[in-house]
Amino acid sequence: MTDPLLSIRDLTIALPKGADRRYAVEDVSYDVERGEIMCVVGESGSGKSMAANALMGLLPKGVRATHGEVIFDGQNLLTLTEKQHRRLRGLRIGMIFQEPMTALNPLMRVGAQIAEVFEAHGQYSAKERQARALALLEEVGIPQPDKAIRAYPFQLSGGQRQRVMIAMALALEPELLIADEPTTALDVTTQAQILELIRDLQQRRGMAVMFITHDFGVVAEVASRVCVMREGRIVELGSADEVLNHPQHAYTRALIEAIPSNLIPQAQSPRQQAPLLEVRDLNKVFRSRGGLFKPAREVVALRDVSFQLAPGETVGIVGESGSGKSTLGRCVVRLERPDSGTLLLSGTDFSALNKSELRRQRWRVQMIFQDPYASLNPRTRVGYAIAQGPMANGVSRRDAMKQAGELLDLVGLGAVAVDRFPHEFSGGQRQRIGIARALALNPELIVADEAVSALDVSIQAQILELLEDLKQKLSLSLLFITHDLRVAAQICDRIIVMQHGRIVEQGSAEAVFLSPQEAYTKQLLDAIPGRATELASA
Amino acid sequence: MLYVRLITMRLLKAVVVLFMIIIFNFVLIQLAPGDPAAILAGEAGATDEEFLRQLRERFGLDQPMYVQLWRYVSGVAMLDFGFSYRQQMPVLDLILARLPATLLLTGTAFVLSLALGIVAGSLAAARVKKPSGSIIMALALLFYATPLFWVALMSVVLFSVYLDLLPAYGMYTVGAGHTGMALVLDVAKHLVLPATTLALFFMAIYTRMTRASMLEASQQDFVKTARAKGLKNSVIQRRHILRNALLPIITLAGLQAGQMVGGAILTETVFAWPGIGRLMFEALQQRDYNLLLGIFFFSAALVIVFNIITDLVYRLADPRIKEAS
Repeated sequence: MTDPLLSIRDLTIALPKGADRRYAVEDVSYDVERGEIMCVVGESGSGKSMAANALMGLLPKGVRATHGEVIFDGQNLLTLTEKQHRRLRGLRIGMIFQEPMTALNPLMRVGAQIAEVFEAHGQYSAKERQARALALLEEVGIPQPDKAIRAYPFQLSGGQRQRVMIAMALALEPELLIADEPTTALDVTTQAQILELIRDLQQRRGMAVMFITHDFGVVAEVASRVCVMREGRIVELGSADEVLNHPQHAYTRALIEAIPSNLIPQAQSPRQQAPLLEVRDLNKVFRSRGGLFKPAREVVALRDVSFQLAPGETVGIVGESGSGKSTLGRCVVRLERPDSGTLLLSGTDFSALNKSELRRQRWRVQMIFQDPYASLNPRTRVGYAIAQGPMANGVSRRDAMKQAGELLDLVGLGAVAVDRFPHEFSGGQRQRIGIARALALNPELIVADEAVSALDVSIQAQILELLEDLKQKLSLSLLFITHDLRVAAQICDRIIVMQHGRIVEQGSAEAVFLSPQEAYTKQLLDAIPGRATELASA
Repeated sequence: MLYVRLITMRLLKAVVVLFMIIIFNFVLIQLAPGDPAAILAGEAGATDEEFLRQLRERFGLDQPMYVQLWRYVSGVAMLDFGFSYRQQMPVLDLILARLPATLLLTGTAFVLSLALGIVAGSLAAARVKKPSGSIIMALALLFYATPLFWVALMSVVLFSVYLDLLPAYGMYTVGAGHTGMALVLDVAKHLVLPATTLALFFMAIYTRMTRASMLEASQQDFVKTARAKGLKNSVIQRRHILRNALLPIITLAGLQAGQMVGGAILTETVFAWPGIGRLMFEALQQRDYNLLLGIFFFSAALVIVFNIITDLVYRLADPRIKEAS
């Protein structure tokens, strides 16, 4: 048997003093063979990207490998000088990153950024570099490559930018490609295309790929072998089949189980009540104001959207970015005013309220936001952040603070959390605070906009459980907006699928998920990674 | 094509803005205490009411304000900025005679501060946490905090009085009668101290801003991408970090460029530089309102012109602007 292309031996990487633990990774050993896709899986903070950064020589300042070796084709990468390391980067090891929006230089044309790879390693003439950049863009399947080569990154979509990143990483035909969460920021259908592309290129070129991800669905799609990491240590290492279908370690099992499965909870029987929320023919168009010479640009966010939500019901709005699902949510809480249509909330037309009436009625619809880090004021104590809403509606400070404590208790943080600041909590805990804040006004309807999207799967499962629990206890009515059909299927009674501002399909969660009628819904479902391979727990 | 439209639009707007500025300045000066005629008469030693009346009549000061305003505005529309009764010359001639000297001084200072500031800032950013980087920043802070006139006076004391290297004041050696290259050299020598003095403050600002902006840009994801390509550090610094860091500098440079007519009063006074700043100072002291209004007009026009230029440069530097607006 030949030596593996990459062999990591007892790698330990120290974090700077004052970090939450001493080592980013500790005694980690694994190999990447030629021509295989090795998936390194873990939740945020597991240190899964650290080894990759170490072997690229791209560790953040203050972080360094203290022990072990990283052997690439017979050479220990940890002992290389910066100059030797630089010659390897891009030439023999390529890397793509998570965020295609920010990973490209916004001021440089795409073609020039690809050509730069050749320039960095002194290959070809300037003219030939452009020709090769064009060929690469063609290979990664960018539409109209001759135009794209002259485009700036902001003129391309997220998926196209990720293709450019891949073209760049593959320019010099590296033997090893490191893909650090390359599809996390993309829509499911785009994610499926990019995964397909990576798999395809890997096979055509016989490259080794080190694929870093948090998503077991993605792992099931691409992996030959899997390495599961937790808090800087490897918990399980084996072939994709072994790890996914016969996980040995409890943590792996928990992770796989935490993925929303294909099992649909029994939907509650339809209620024969007057609807709580009735949306009729809602339209919203965003216009950029044209100037004297510029044509105005229009984006249709909502077109003739109509649906109903019964008291105590959870309706899921599912769609990819640009489908208008968030605009719909913002219209329902009246952060956005629809152009036409009505929004009846137990009889009152919410869309027609004037400013002062709206302020008096705002409490009736509350929102849980996507980003638990950005949606809490970092200088406000958690209890006060929750109490502010009731206080603005005339509740005395004492009562409001007391209620805040009770709510924090209800969402599982304990009443003592009242006096703490947001930064003392983790992402999942902050989302619990967000939920408590939304509940504080005792609203008739809660709109949750991608409320679990920013969380790790195991945390996501806990928050979904909490919402489910609160639904039962408080008979909440919930409008649940998400891009993830599987999450929606877990918690929603009914699902509405949106595309380009229109409702494509709506029905019970079971019907939409298990027997979708429309082509687009089927496409969305097929794009979910790991769906073809039934996971162990499903 | 896009640019032609843009510039036409902006120029049309600029005319409106200039018109408003003229009216505003005119009214403001009317509100100022002191009667130009009384001051003229006082200096002539006459207190006679009849003489005052004659003076007012001659200058049109006896007319109601809106008539005076109308006369002034219609004059400006034909590039007639009135007559300076103190200097006994048309205002336009006075300004045009002084403008080149000021533009030479402020233009040199502008280029000097921008170039040196960006270079020093880049060096400081590349050497962050090293002693050389700290020294650059300490110097920048020193220049930033020291009052301009103090720097001016001290540099005169050091370079002119003690070392006798450079002339202390004026624009050229009076009576030397230099011509051709000799004149250029003579002016350049006179230019060194005032231009450097004027440049130091903005240079310090550019240095600090370039450094901060580059450090921020170097945290961006695309810098990691560039490193993953195997690019040399110097190329990354220049092509990826500096280029992205320059955007806020352009805004600031536009602001500085706008001050090129009116921003050098202090320096021109200390170094006896025969520019607009000194002319303005004198006009202010002597209540020479026509001249003052003329200078205001020119400095406002320059601010507007540089605003337009800044916008254009910004568009060239950042392709995202075109689509967004």
